[in-house]
Amino acid sequence: MSSDSDNEQIEAPSDDQPESTKITPTPAKEIELPKFEKGLADKIVEKFGAKTKVAFVKPDRVGINVGRDDIKEVAEFLRDVLNFDHAESVSGVDYPQDKEIEVVYHLGSYTDSTLSSQILVLSTRAQREENPIPGNDATKLPSLREIFYSVEFHEREIFEMFGVYFQGHPDNRRLLLPEDWADLPPLRKDFAIKGR
Amino acid sequence: MTNELPPGLALQKVDERIMTLNVGPQHPGSGHMRIIVQIDGDFIVACDPDPGYVHRGEEKMAEYRNYITNIPHLERPVIHDSCNVLYPYVLGVEEILGIEVPERAKYVRVIASELNRCIYTMYWLAIYGIFLGHSTMFMWPAGDRELLIDLMEKMTGARVTHAHFVPGGVRNDLPPNFEDVCLRQVNYFEKRIKEYAAIFYDNPILIARTKDTGVLSRQDAIRLGTTGSVLRASGVDYDLRKKEPYDVYEELDVHTNVMTEGDSYARSKVPWLDMLESCNIIRQALQKMPKSGSVRVKLKPNPKGKVFDTVYKRVESGRGSLGCYIVSNAKPEPYRVKLSVGSFRNLIALPYLLKGEKLGNMPSVYWSLNYWPVEADR
Repeated sequence: MSSDSDNEQIEAPSDDQPESTKITPTPAKEIELPKFEKGLADKIVEKFGAKTKVAFVKPDRVGINVGRDDIKEVAEFLRDVLNFDHAESVSGVDYPQDKEIEVVYHLGSYTDSTLSSQILVLSTRAQREENPIPGNDATKLPSLREIFYSVEFHEREIFEMFGVYFQGHPDNRRLLLPEDWADLPPLRKDFAIKGR
Repeated sequence: MTNELPPGLALQKVDERIMTLNVGPQHPGSGHMRIIVQIDGDFIVACDPDPGYVHRGEEKMAEYRNYITNIPHLERPVIHDSCNVLYPYVLGVEEILGIEVPERAKYVRVIASELNRCIYTMYWLAIYGIFLGHSTMFMWPAGDRELLIDLMEKMTGARVTHAHFVPGGVRNDLPPNFEDVCLRQVNYFEKRIKEYAAIFYDNPILIARTKDTGVLSRQDAIRLGTTGSVLRASGVDYDLRKKEPYDVYEELDVHTNVMTEGDSYARSKVPWLDMLESCNIIRQALQKMPKSGSVRVKLKPNPKGKVFDTVYKRVESGRGSLGCYIVSNAKPEPYRVKLSVGSFRNLIALPYLLKGEKLGNMPSVYWSLNYWPVEADR
C-alpha cells in the first residue's frame, strides 16, 4: 500500500485543501448570464426542482449537480427531451476532505445544431472509503451506460482509477491498469507517486 | 461418439471451434495494444480491445507539477501532434488565470496547430499504407512530412515535442522570413499530397480492401460518441473549428469535409481531405496575421488559480475532439487534469466494427479509426 506514512516528505497534494470544494453558485456577482445556457438550466430545474442544483452557467457550459439516486432520471431527460446524445468525457475527481469522489459527465450533442457548442456538465458524488476494496465497498454509483452507450470505456477507466463501482455496467473489468495491480486506485489523492 | 474415446483423444465439438487469438502488443498490425479476437474460421465473432500497454499516468503527474511545468509532459501523448494535445490545456489555464492572448500569438498558434495536424496525419497515413502492404505509401508521406517538420523546427526549435504553446501566447516569435518559407513549403506540400490520390485513393487494390468494410452508420457513430474523422466519414457534419471556434478560427474560412459511406475507405480519405483544408487555413492565417506585435503575455512566476474552479476546453485535433477538464484551487498545481482524447473515444467502435468482419480486414478497419495507442492510454 502506498501511503503518506512511508515517507514524511511525500504528501498528497490534497492535505491542506480549503474546506469548501463543492461548487456553489456565486450569487455575489450577478453579471448577465448567457441567455441560451440559462434557458437550458432553467428547463432542468423546472423539471426536477430540488433534486438538481445548478452549479454554474458559463458561455457554452452548464453545470448541474445531481444526487446519485436521481442521476439516471436526469440523464434520461437530458437525452430524450434536451437532445444531448453522447458523452464526451467522464472524469473522476477525488475529494478526501469531503469524503466523496465526484464523477463528472461532459455531455454533448451532434444531432441538435443549436447545441453543437454546448457542453452539459452533469456531476454526482459517491461515498469515499478510507480503505477501499474496489467493487466491494460503498463507493458505488448507477451506471449511465444504458442511457449513453458512449460512457462504456470511460466508466471502466474510472472504476480502476478511483474504485467507483458502476452498478448496471455490463463489463466492469480493468482497462488500462495491469491485471495484477494490487495497490490503491492510482488517481485517488492518497496514492502518492514515489519520489515526488 | 466422442464421449467414448479416452480423454485427450476426444475430438473437438463443433461448437468449440471458436479460437481466441491475441493480436499484439508486439504485432505490427496492432500498435502498442492488444486486440483479443475470437475467430470462427476466417470470421471474427468477438473482439475485446486491451489498451494500457503505454499508460504513463499523465493525469496523475499533472497534479504534482505547476501550471507551467506541466507543459512539456502533457504534450507527450502524441508527439507528432504535440501542439494540438497541449492546446486545450493552455486554453483552460488561460481561462483560470484570466489571461488575454495577443492577436499575433493566436495566429501563430493556428498555424502551428494546422502544421501539426498535417504532420500527424502524414505519419498515420504512412502507417496505414504499410498496414495494407503498400510500401510506396509508407515512404512518400514519411518523406514529405519532413517539409513541415522543417517548418516546425524553424518556428519552435524542435522537430517534435515543441512545447511551444504557453499560457499567454507562444514561447517565441516567428523567425525572420518565416512567412515566405512557410508559404512556399505549404504550396509544395499541397501539390505533393494531391498526387497521393492517383497512387493510393484511386488505387483499385485499396478500394477493394477498404470499400464496404467496417461500415459505421450515422446513427451508430453518434450513439457510440465517436469523434473526428470517424464521425465525419459517417456523415455527421461536426468540426470544432467550425462549431465552437477557438482563438482565431472564427475569422478564417474553414470547410468541413464530410463523407457519408462510413466505411474504412471514407475514414481513410477524410484525414487526407482535412490536410488539403489545413493548407488553405495556413495560407489564410499567414495573410491575415498581424505583421508585428507581441506574441506572449508575461506571467507572474508560479501563477495560481484564484478560487476553486472548473473549466472544460476542447479543440479539434488530428484525431477528433480533444477535451481538457481542469479543476483548479488556490494553489500553483492543478487539483485535477483530465484529458478526454479522440483515440480513447473512438476505441469503443472497434469491437462493434470488427464483429462479422474477416480477420484479414482487421488492420484496415483498426487503423482507419485514426487510433493512436499512446494517446488513448495517456
